[in-house]
Amino acid sequence: MPFNNLVAVCLTYVIVLFSVAFVAERRAQRRRLRFLRSPVIYTLSLSIYCTAWTFYGAVGYAARSGLEFLTIYLGPTLVFVGWWWVLRKLVRIGRTHRVTSIADLISSRYGKSNTLGVIVTLMSVAAATPYIALQLQSVTLSFGVFAAGTPEGWALPDQGATALWIAGGLAIFTILFGTRNLDANERHHGVVTAIALEAVVKLVALVAVGVFVVWGLGGGPMDMLSRIDASKIAEWDLNPGRFAGLTFVSAAAILTLPRMFQVLVVENVDERHLATASWAFPAYLMLMSLFVVPIAVMGLERMPEGANPDLFVLTLPLSEGQGKLALLAFLGGFSSATSMVIVAAIALATMVSNHIVTPLWLALRREGPRAQGDVRGLVLASRRVSIIAVLAMGYAYYRMSGGSEALAAIGLIAFVGAAQVLPALIGGIFWRGATHVGAAAGLVIGFALWAYTLFLPSVGDAGLIPQIVLDHGLFGFEWLRPHALFGIAGLDPLLHALFWSLLFNTLAFLVFSMLSFPGPMERLQGVAFVNIYDQSPAARSWVQGGAEAEDLLSMSQRILGAEPAQHFFQAQAAGQGKAGFLPDTTPDFLARLERKLAGSVGASTAHAMIAQLTGGTSVSMQDLIAVAGETAEAKEYTARLEAKSEELARVARALREANDKLQDLSVQKDSFLSQISHELRTPMTSIRAFSEILMEPDLPDSMRAQYAEIIHEEARRLTRLLDDLLDLSVLENRRAQLNVSVANLHDLINRAVQSASSTQPERAFRIERDFPTEHMPIFTDADRLVQVMINLISNARKYCDAEKAVLRIEVKRRGKRVQIDFIDNGAGIPKKSQKLIFEKFARLTDQSRAGSAGLGLAICREIMTNLGGTIDYVPGQGGAAFRISLPLRRRDQRAPSDQPPESAALSR
Amino acid sequence: MAQRQVLLIEDEPHIAEAIRFILTRAGWTVSVLEDGARAMARIIGDPPDAIILDLMLPGRSGLEILADMRADAALRDLPVLMLSARGQGRDRDAATRAGATAFLAKPFANGDVLDQLEAITGGGAARREPA
Repeated sequence: MPFNNLVAVCLTYVIVLFSVAFVAERRAQRRRLRFLRSPVIYTLSLSIYCTAWTFYGAVGYAARSGLEFLTIYLGPTLVFVGWWWVLRKLVRIGRTHRVTSIADLISSRYGKSNTLGVIVTLMSVAAATPYIALQLQSVTLSFGVFAAGTPEGWALPDQGATALWIAGGLAIFTILFGTRNLDANERHHGVVTAIALEAVVKLVALVAVGVFVVWGLGGGPMDMLSRIDASKIAEWDLNPGRFAGLTFVSAAAILTLPRMFQVLVVENVDERHLATASWAFPAYLMLMSLFVVPIAVMGLERMPEGANPDLFVLTLPLSEGQGKLALLAFLGGFSSATSMVIVAAIALATMVSNHIVTPLWLALRREGPRAQGDVRGLVLASRRVSIIAVLAMGYAYYRMSGGSEALAAIGLIAFVGAAQVLPALIGGIFWRGATHVGAAAGLVIGFALWAYTLFLPSVGDAGLIPQIVLDHGLFGFEWLRPHALFGIAGLDPLLHALFWSLLFNTLAFLVFSMLSFPGPMERLQGVAFVNIYDQSPAARSWVQGGAEAEDLLSMSQRILGAEPAQHFFQAQAAGQGKAGFLPDTTPDFLARLERKLAGSVGASTAHAMIAQLTGGTSVSMQDLIAVAGETAEAKEYTARLEAKSEELARVARALREANDKLQDLSVQKDSFLSQISHELRTPMTSIRAFSEILMEPDLPDSMRAQYAEIIHEEARRLTRLLDDLLDLSVLENRRAQLNVSVANLHDLINRAVQSASSTQPERAFRIERDFPTEHMPIFTDADRLVQVMINLISNARKYCDAEKAVLRIEVKRRGKRVQIDFIDNGAGIPKKSQKLIFEKFARLTDQSRAGSAGLGLAICREIMTNLGGTIDYVPGQGGAAFRISLPLRRRDQRAPSDQPPESAALSR
Repeated sequence: MAQRQVLLIEDEPHIAEAIRFILTRAGWTVSVLEDGARAMARIIGDPPDAIILDLMLPGRSGLEILADMRADAALRDLPVLMLSARGQGRDRDAATRAGATAFLAKPFANGDVLDQLEAITGGGAARREPA
C-alpha cells in the first residue's frame, strides 16, 4: 500500500470526524438532542479509557507478560459493576455543584480552596504529559510501519514531523469543538459524538483483526486454544502482588484520570445513563480484550524474531498481505490515540484556565465591581492557549524521551500518578472529617513519592535522576534509593512506587485531617458532598445583604455573557415575585448564582468573585449550628419550615411591592394634578404677561413682533402638552388606533436617528450601529415605534453626560420578537430612580428647560404596551440602557385585550 | 438716587423676560439668575434690594434658598417675593413658613408683580413716572 494512500485515507477519516462533530453541534444548537443524549453515546464516550496503549499495547503486553494485561480491563470492570454507587455519587455531586473538572471537585469539597485546585491541576498535567506523548508516539510508529513496509521503498518520513502534524491537527480539532462554550457543564456534543464514532471504529478494527487471526490464519477457536497452549504465554506465572496492584491502580485510574472524569462526570447529561454504562462499558472492555491473546500468540509465532510486539495488530495483517485490514487496524489505533488526546486536552485546559490563569488574573487586576469588559473572552482564550500548551508539552516529551519505551510502561506510570488523587477524592465524598490540610498533605506527599520513585527515573533514556542516586540513594542515604525505599529492594519498581506513594499519601491524608480543624466553608461543603442525596436545604453559604444586585449582574455578565446573565437574573427575580432584572440578594439567590458561575470558572473562583462583592464572611453562625446539630428529624422539620417560610417570604415580598407601588401611585396621583397645574400655568404666565404688555399703546414695533412670537411659541407648547396628555390617556385606555403596516426595521431606526438629531445638534454625539443585524421586516405601527425610538435617542443626546457621548443601538432577533437595546456610555440612572422613570412627570433633573414635561417615557411605555411589546431599563450595562422588545408581527390591532391594562386602571 | 436693585431667580426664560420688562420700565435694575444652585453665592456676593424667587428651580428649590437666607443674619430681613406655578394653598403656606415676604401665583397680572414688589420694599415711594 503506497504511503500516499495511507495519508489520503487518514485525511478522509479526519474530515469525516470533523463533519460528524460539526453536524452534532448543529443538531445540539437546534435542540435535536434525542440521539445525542442517548446512553449508548455516553457509554461509547467512556471508551476513551482504551487509548492507543490499550489498542496496540495490550497485545505487546500479553506477548511480554502474559495475562497480566487483563488487569487493565479488570480494574474498571470491577468499579463499574461493584462500585457503581461510587460513580453515581460522583455524578450526582458533579451535576449538583456544576463541577468542571476533578481539580474543581477537590477544590470545591475542601472549602473551595484554590490551592488544592492548583495542586491537582499541576499533578494532572504532569501525569498526563507522558501519556499524550505516548499517543503521539503510537500514531507515528504506526505510520512508520506502513512506510517501512512499502515495496516502492518510500523513505521513512521524518517521525518528528509526523508527530508535529498530528499534535497540530488535534489542537485545531480540540479548540474548534472543545472551547465553543465557557460553561464546562454545557456538553461538548461535537466532541463526544466524534469520540463515540471513534470508539466504534477501534472496536470494529480490533475485532476484525482478531477474527482474521483466529479464523483466517488459525483454524478456528479450537485450533487457536491449542496454539495458545503451546506458546510461551501459557508459561506465564501469576504474580499475585503485581496482579492485585495493577488491578487496583487501573480501578483508581478510571475514577481519577482527568479525562475519564471529564466524560464520566462533566459530560454526563443524565444520571440514568450510568445504569446502562454499568454493564455496557464492561462488555465493551471485554470485547476489546477478547482477541488480545490470539493476536499476540499468532504474532509471536509468525513474525520474525525481534519484531515489536506492540505493533502486532498492524504488522500481522500487513505481513499476511491484508492491506485493507491493516488499514482498518491503523484507523483503530489512530482513533484510540486521537480521542484520548482530545478529551485529555479539554480536561486539562479547563483545569489550567479555571485554577491557574483566571485566579491569577483576578488577583493581578484588583478592579472595582463595576468594571466592564469580558472575562469570558479571557477564560476562553486561556483555555485555547492551554490546549496548545498541553499538546506542545506532549510533543516535547515525545521528542525528549526519544520514543523508545514500551508503550505499557508509560501508561502505567501515568495511572499511578493519577491514582494519587484517590484518597482525597474518596475521603472527600464519604468522610465529613476530611480537611483540606489533610488533602493537601496527602496529595503533595503522594505526588512527590510518585515523581521520585517512578516518574523522574523514567524520563528519557537515562532518566532525570542521576545513576548515583539510583544506586546509593539521595544524599548517599541508602534507604532513599528511588527503587528501594527504606531498604526494601527486590520489589517491582511500579509496585514499589504504588505501594509507598499511596501508603504515605493515605496516611498523611488521615493524620493531617484528624489533626487539623476544618473551616466553616469546608464543613458546609463536606456535609453537602457526603450527604449529597439528602434534599436538605442546609449548606447555604451566604448571608443576606452586602452585595448590590446590580453589581452582581454586572459581574455575571462578564462571565456568562450579557444575555444568559440577564435571563438568569430575570428568572430569579420572577421566582421571588419581583419584576425586572434585580432580585433581592438572598442567601438562596447568592448560592444559586455561585453555582451558575462555578459551571464556567470553577467553584473557588466563583466563590471568590461573589465574596469580593458581598464582602466579609459568607457562612453564618446559624448555618454552622445547623450543620453541627443536625439529626434527620430536625432536618426534615427545618426543611418543611423553610419551604413554608420561603413561600411566605415570597408572598410577603410580592405584597410589599404591590403596596409600595399603590402608595407611590396615590402620592403620584396627588402630585399629578399639581404637576399638570404647573405645566399648564408656566406657558400661561408668559402668554398672559406678554399679552398685557402688547396691550400698551406705546410699544415699538420690533418689540411688539418679538413678544407676539413668544406668545405664539408658548401657545404651541401648551398645545403640545395637551396633545401629550390626550395621547397618554388614549394609550392608557388601549383605545389608540394603530396603523399596522410592514416596514424594514433598519429604515425605521434611520428615521428615528435622523429626527432625533435636532436635539442639541451642537453636541458631538456618536451612534454605533450594526447595520446587517437591523434588516428585517416588521409588521407594526411604524410611526409609533419610531416615536419611541426618537424619544430614547433624544434622551441619550440630552442626558448622557460622558465626555465623548456614544450611543450603541443593538438589534437582536428573538424568535418571533425583536429586541432593540439603546445603551449610552453616561453615568446611567441611579437605582432608586430606575422604577420611577416610566411614570408620568418623572423628570429626574427637574429641568423644565429640557423642554419636556416628563411625559416622554410614560408615553413610550404605553406605546410599547399597545404594540404588544415592553420597554425596560436594563441595569449594569455601564451607562443608561433601555431595551424595547416587541413582536415582529403585531396581531390584529383590534385585539387590545391580550394584556390587561393594569397600569391604566391603577393610575386613573 | 441710585436705582434699586432686584434679583430675579427664575428658570423659565420667557417669564423672566416679561418680569424684567415690567420692572425695568418702573425704574428697577433687574438681574436674572436661572439656576438655584448658584443663588446663595450670588446673593451674598452682591446683595440686592429685593429678590423675586421662583419656587421650582433646577439645582435647588426656592424654598431651600429662602430657608438659607433666613438663617443668615445679614439676609434675614431682605424682602423676598415668592412665585409659584402650582398655585395651591399649600405652596403659599410653605412659602410663608419659610419666610417669604410676599407670595404670587402664576399666571399673574403685570401690575400685581410691581405692586407687591413696591409693597415689600417700602411702599410705593417711587411709583413709576410716565417716560
